[in-house]
Order: sequence, then structure tokens, then C-alpha cells
Amino acid sequence: MAASKTHRIDIARRRLLLGAGGAAAAAGLGLAPGRLFAQEPISIAGIYTVPVEQQWVSRIHVAAEAAKAAGQIGYVFSENTSNTDYPRVMREYAERGVKLIIGEIFGVEQEAREVVQDYPETAFLLGSSFLDDPAFPNLAVFDNYIQDASYLSGIIAGAMTQTGNIGMVGGFPIPEVNRLMHAFMAGVRETRPDARFQVSFIGSWFDPPKAKETAFAMIEAGADLLYAERFGVSDAAKERGVLAIGNVIDTQADYPETVVASALWHFEPTLQAALARVADGTFEAANYGLYSFMKEGGCSLAPLGTFEGKVPQAALDLVAEREAAIRAGSFEVAINDDEPKSS
Amino acid sequence: MEIFEILLSASFWAAVLRIASPLILATMGELICERAGVLNLGIEGIMVFGAFAGWIAVYAGLGLWPGVLVAFASGAMFGLVHATLTVPFGLSQHVVGLGITLLATSSAYYAYRLALPQVTSPPRITPFQPLNIPVLSDIPFLGPALFSQTALTYLAFASVAVVALVLFRTPLGLALRAAGENPAAVEAQGLSVTALRMGAVMVGSGLMAVGGAFLTMSAFDSFFFEMVNGRGWICIALVVFGAWMPGKALLGALLFAGFDALQIRMQQTPMGAHVPYQVFLMVPYVLSILALVLMSRRVEVPAALMVPYNRGER
Repeated sequence: MAASKTHRIDIARRRLLLGAGGAAAAAGLGLAPGRLFAQEPISIAGIYTVPVEQQWVSRIHVAAEAAKAAGQIGYVFSENTSNTDYPRVMREYAERGVKLIIGEIFGVEQEAREVVQDYPETAFLLGSSFLDDPAFPNLAVFDNYIQDASYLSGIIAGAMTQTGNIGMVGGFPIPEVNRLMHAFMAGVRETRPDARFQVSFIGSWFDPPKAKETAFAMIEAGADLLYAERFGVSDAAKERGVLAIGNVIDTQADYPETVVASALWHFEPTLQAALARVADGTFEAANYGLYSFMKEGGCSLAPLGTFEGKVPQAALDLVAEREAAIRAGSFEVAINDDEPKSS
Repeated sequence: MEIFEILLSASFWAAVLRIASPLILATMGELICERAGVLNLGIEGIMVFGAFAGWIAVYAGLGLWPGVLVAFASGAMFGLVHATLTVPFGLSQHVVGLGITLLATSSAYYAYRLALPQVTSPPRITPFQPLNIPVLSDIPFLGPALFSQTALTYLAFASVAVVALVLFRTPLGLALRAAGENPAAVEAQGLSVTALRMGAVMVGSGLMAVGGAFLTMSAFDSFFFEMVNGRGWICIALVVFGAWMPGKALLGALLFAGFDALQIRMQQTPMGAHVPYQVFLMVPYVLSILALVLMSRRVEVPAALMVPYNRGER
């Protein structure tokens, strides 16, 4: 695996620097070794159960790559790690002395926590369906709490649908997916109170042909706007000439006539918050999901791009008003993790 | 009742054909292998590799049809590995087949990452577009349902006709079926059981790969890990369902696709608001198992299926 190879080189270089740092301190240059630690890149490892192209993981990967390019961190990753293999890979990185491990443990909540306990010196920042727990002081959790942006994208969707019939295709009804769907629906109802929603889950994260077929069925049943939670949905919308709203990433470049707006997730605030705590030694159990909120800069509405001038001004005004209120803290988008149903 | 409305819409039948196409191709591939006496559990992985190979070939600049050929060739290559281990060496077909699935799947992932080390979303190709067959596609209802598909769907149906024709109307087909029923008799005719079986596994694996390629070159336009999503295993069941007969296997594939297209649509009806979505997702599998039970009561399995043939051994 190429990733682990670079990793070993990284570690070797780090040891070398460590040695040099120690020597410098011993030579009495007046610098504490701890300070040298803080200045050199923090070594972090990403462990993902899917390829780094996947929407959700890509946001983490992009943020980490950017921090790496800025010289802030040393970053290696393992992608496509199956859940059964996940704890082993965690241990491997922890054993190698990585300072911070990021990843997602939605499928291995229990086993991952056992590993976390075995490596108290390593900081873990993992996507999880559960909240932080003081019993695991070195495990902080996060998730893409981008309901603020999803809500705003819903306001636009409600203004753009002609039929008031909106199709939503999801993978599995897990909290992260449900929450954003509900926020989106709440947004739609602001501009289209009588909207009807068709909700389907395809029971797979990666089956674009199936997502596409499901989206076709929704269009045939009258949907003229689709909430594209999965790859394949925007393709169906494009083929049949209806609109779509993107989620997590901006795909408008691929579907210029189709994707009106997208709710974007920015992992950077989450990562930076964790890095700051790792650097000053105050990393502890916490819910980093809060750093995905709009007021933290963790999410945003993608620029309208090709749909500039095509969205009714009244809706844009409402978006601007609500966005300002959300950022000011005077408006909160409800968080609802229940499974959404067709209406 | 919504169900009748759904069944009476042309778009439903068009969806059935789309969903069935990859299953038909791969089922024909598996059927050829098994008729010659070799169970090919490499199917799932070979479909993954075919999906990757055809797509990457087109992405690299080849045309769509050459891409299909590349997919076929890549499948045949894995078929050669499978056949070499199971036919002349006579190793366990279960173990080799599963091994091929693991090998082909990981090879596809590995090659993908080598070819595209730094991508944020998988690149797209221009896939096969629906062909509106002149005159036929203008027929009300039948036109949009049957004659506005992509070329690969028509190829899938053609493959059933060709497989049936070759198996039951040519000397080659007779020899192939005999290799799966009574290899000693084939040997007595002066034909090579090894060559027949290896050839069948290679061609069959090629078809499986084209079935996989349907997903990246017709149903969708880019490659994702795990996108084959168990379709290969369904094809294994469809061969049994079809009692090793191409026509019946085609029927099975259409039936499964029909249940799938139906459940997708039923989820949108008022019923969908009350029944958990998992029940809908289960429907095609449950109904197919039921149909399998009913259909396979008088099935004759190829007598030498999974029995390695050693020359001169009795």
C-alpha cells in the first residue's frame, strides 16, 4: 500500500527531527523540546471505509490535504478500509506514534472505542453517531452537522419547484442523512408550504445505477426537483431535464443545467480546532460536530453559479435574512434525526 | 390500485429492461460456465473488473465498443486464471471462484488508484445513449418500453439468443453440454474436455465482465467501488432459477428486475409512508426465492457440474 510506505518515511523523518531537537536542547539553546514539537507538523492519519472520492470523506480528505500543503501536518491515509479491518488499522497507526487519527466509526462504534482506550496518548477525532463520553477522554466525535446549509438550500428548492413534488433519494436513514433531509424539507416549506416529498432509501452507499433508477421513478411520479444525497440522482435529473439540489459537495460543474444549489460541508474548522488542542495538549472528549455549524464556518451554501439570476429574488432575500440570523445566533435550524417518510 | 397503474406505464417496463440488462449478460456468462461443468464464483469480482476495465478504456480515449471489447477481454483473462486452476488442476471450484472474486475486485481498486491517484470525484465518460429504433420506437406503449434502450441492452437480449442457439443447435454446443454432463463421452469423441471447459469459462467470464461494464458504460457513466453491489451473486441464483436454460434464465432476470422496479415505485405510493423501506428492498429477493422454490422442483443439474475431469480416470 502506497500510503503506508509514505507513512514510514514520514515517521523516519520525524524521528530524525526529534533526535535533532533533542540534541539542540541538550546543546543548551534554551528551547524546550516541547516547543519544538509544536512547531513541527503534527502527524495525523486518516482511516476511511470508503474511497476518498466519496462525498462525505472527500471533505475530510481535502481539509487534511490543505493542512498538509500548508506544512501544518504530516498526513497519511488508508482508504477503503473495511469495518472488520478498521480496529486493526487504528492500532497500526497508533503504534507508529501518529498524534491524531481521524476517520469514521459509524460501523464500528464499540470496537473502535476499545482501541481508543488502549492508546491514551493518541488523539482520536472520529465521525460517530454517538456523542462524546468522558470515559474515553482521548476520543472526540464529529459529524457533518450542516443542517443550516441544507435548510437554506431547501428555501431555494421550494422556490424553484413547479409541481411542488420533490424527490429525495438516500443511502441509509442514519442520523446524518435524516437530519439534513429534515432541515432541507423545513427550508422547502418556507417557500412552498404545500410541498409533497417522496423519500426513498436504496440500502447502499454506492450503487449509482440504483440511485438513478429510484430517481427516475420519482420523476415519473411527478417530482420536478430532486435532493441529491447519492451519486446517480443528479444524473437522472439531468437526463430528464429536472432540477437537483446538491449535498455536501458542489457538483454544479458536472451538471450546469441541473444543480441549482448545494449545501457544502467544510471540515477545516473541525480539523483546525482539533489540531490546536493536540498542539497545546488539551485534546479531550468533545463533540466537534458543532464546528460544522454555519456560524463556525463549517458549512455554507454553494454559489448559485449557472443559476445566477434564475432563482426568484424573494427566496434569495429570505436566504440572506436567515443566513444572517443563523450566523448571528438568533435563528437555529431544528435538528431532527428521525427517519423521514414520504408525504 | 397503484400497482396496476405502475404495471401499465411504459416507463416501468423500460426500467425493468434497464435493471435486467447487466443481470442477463452475466447470467448468460455463468450459464455457459456451468453448462460445461464449472461453477464460476468469480462472477462478482469479474463484473467489478469489467465495470472498471470498460470504463477506464473509454476514459483513456477508446470508443465505446472497443471499451466493451476491453471489458470482455479482461473478463476472459480472469476466466483463464479460474479455468487453469479448476480444469487441468482440478482445484475446488468454490475456493478458486471466491479467490477470483477477491483478486479481481482488489485488482480493479488497485488499478483504479494507480490510474487516478488524485481525484476528487471519479471522472465521467459519455456512456451509451438510448437508441430509438426507427418505426418500432414509435409504437405506442411498446415503443418507449422496449425500443428506446441503449445498445448494450439490445446486446444483452441478443446474447440470450446466441447462447441458446449455440448451446442447442450446434455441434460445439452439444460438446459443451456433454462436457458438463458426461465428460468421458466427450473424450471418447476425440474432443478435449479441458479445452472445451476452459473455453467456456473464458467466454462466460467475458460476458460477465460485459455485464459489469453495462453499469459504468450504460446505466451510469463512471466507476465506483462496490457499485456491482452483489449483482453477481444474484446471477448465480438466476442460473439455477432458469434450470440452466437460457430462455428461462432470461425470464428470471426480467422477473427479478421487475420486482426491483416495482418496489422502487411502491416506495413512492402512500403505502411507502407506512411500511419500512427495508421491506421494499427485500421484496425482489423474497419473491425471487419463492419463484426459485416453485420453479426448481423438477430441475436437472448438469451431472458433471463441479466434478473435475481427469483423463483416463474412471
